[in-house]
Amino acid sequence: MKYLLLLPLFFVLLRGHAQEPATLLQKVRARLDQVNDYQAAGLMKTNVPFLKVPEAQVTIYFKKPDKIKIKNDKGISLVPKGAVTISLNTLLRGSYTTLDAGLDTLNGHRVRLIKLLPQDETADLVLATLYVDESRVLILRARTTTRENGTYEVEMTYGKYAAYALPDKVVFTFNTKDYKLPKGLTFDYDDGSKQHASGGPATGKVELIYQFYNINKGVSDSVFQ
Amino acid sequence: MWTLLRIELFKIFRRPRTYIPFAAIAAMILIIQLGLKFDGRSYLELMMSSLSDSFIIPYGMIMNGYLVAFVILNTLLIQVPLLVALVAGDIIAGEANMGTLRLLVIRPVSRTRLMLVKFFASVIYTVLLLVWMALLALFLSMLLFGTNDMMIARNTVMEQIKSSDVLWRYIAAFGYASVALSTVAALAFLLSVFAENSIGPIVSTISIIIVLTILSEMNIPLYDNTVKPWLFTSHMLAWKGFFYSRSDGQGAAVAGSVENLPAILRSLGVLLGYIIAFVTAAIVAFKKKDILS
Repeated sequence: MKYLLLLPLFFVLLRGHAQEPATLLQKVRARLDQVNDYQAAGLMKTNVPFLKVPEAQVTIYFKKPDKIKIKNDKGISLVPKGAVTISLNTLLRGSYTTLDAGLDTLNGHRVRLIKLLPQDETADLVLATLYVDESRVLILRARTTTRENGTYEVEMTYGKYAAYALPDKVVFTFNTKDYKLPKGLTFDYDDGSKQHASGGPATGKVELIYQFYNINKGVSDSVFQ
Repeated sequence: MWTLLRIELFKIFRRPRTYIPFAAIAAMILIIQLGLKFDGRSYLELMMSSLSDSFIIPYGMIMNGYLVAFVILNTLLIQVPLLVALVAGDIIAGEANMGTLRLLVIRPVSRTRLMLVKFFASVIYTVLLLVWMALLALFLSMLLFGTNDMMIARNTVMEQIKSSDVLWRYIAAFGYASVALSTVAALAFLLSVFAENSIGPIVSTISIIIVLTILSEMNIPLYDNTVKPWLFTSHMLAWKGFFYSRSDGQGAAVAGSVENLPAILRSLGVLLGYIIAFVTAAIVAFKKKDILS
């Protein structure tokens, strides 16, 4: 019976330990704000059912508030649109209503789920769900649904640059239309190999493994043009 | 043999009409290059329309010399057989028409050797036509458009080849194309034996190529596994196989790889088989032929 009396106290303590979503996001934003710009080198791996592209060595440029450019200096890289338009900086800077969606576990880390609802009804973003590691003050996953381009999911793994909230690895998952051209246009050689069977929307994945960052060393605006 | 070959090559290259295909190829290539230089983006937008919603597409980088050469080859390797037929279809029938064939066979050279020399002369002409095409389509395009990674639009897949991995594929593709066009030359050469003037074999070769190409490209389930694998026109496109890379299982293209080399070699075998069959049939028919002209 005395344990039963202690139960409300336990909930009060738990509530006291859990952070308000807005406060937590403010902490995350403060961490991201340490970075004014960066230039990073990375390896980009593309896994889209209808694309057969080699791994690419890319340079990633960022400048506050939301300029991002992924550049392949030695060739061509097809970059998913959402990868540069939906950044954490953009997400955390908008006007949103935040909702606490409870706790979950992601890759062994205890995370708090925070939902962001834009206050602007005409905004492209419809809903975003952030998976925030409260103890490390890091966003581990962001799932965003947009009006124009469907749902994107960004999953981040942190390492050496966690102090700046910069990930060592980003996996970007997105929806895409399937690809098909008439055979009369391509004049394909039918070598008997099994080609990707076209049909309906497809899900693509782009993996970006960061090798190093040059943080706050200045990045020219001309890079983003 | 070499003297005979030189005589045949001399006969081919002293005719002004021999140079018409070279001029036609140059004109076609320059027109395509000009079109792509000024409106290449429209072409790319058509090819990549379903990708443009999801990806940022660097059109300017994609429209480079390697892609332009591929577009040209894709277009021209359907027309070039017709140009090859102009010379190969004339090589025996033209002599019959001019009345020099009888004079030719009374020389102390066997008919087999004479036929082989004439066929080799047609093959040399075909290879020279391809070298000319390579110079203009590949090297001139590289000069005009620069180089970068190469993007290839297939039926349901888009492939990317690193620029350092492209040139050897073109060399292999041109090598293969010379065998493919030699098959056309062998067919025109065979038909040339049965005619007294060159119009017949040239038009017949062109007609056969057009009909078989349409049949090869149409998706007709009845023919897909029965007729198509045996049509030489189905195998003439195998040069493209050198531009299809293997995947590493996670969607990435493996540099320096070919998706299905055994299939390309099989296609090469089929074409060589056709060449041997056409040339042998031509020699047999010519040996039995009562030459009256």
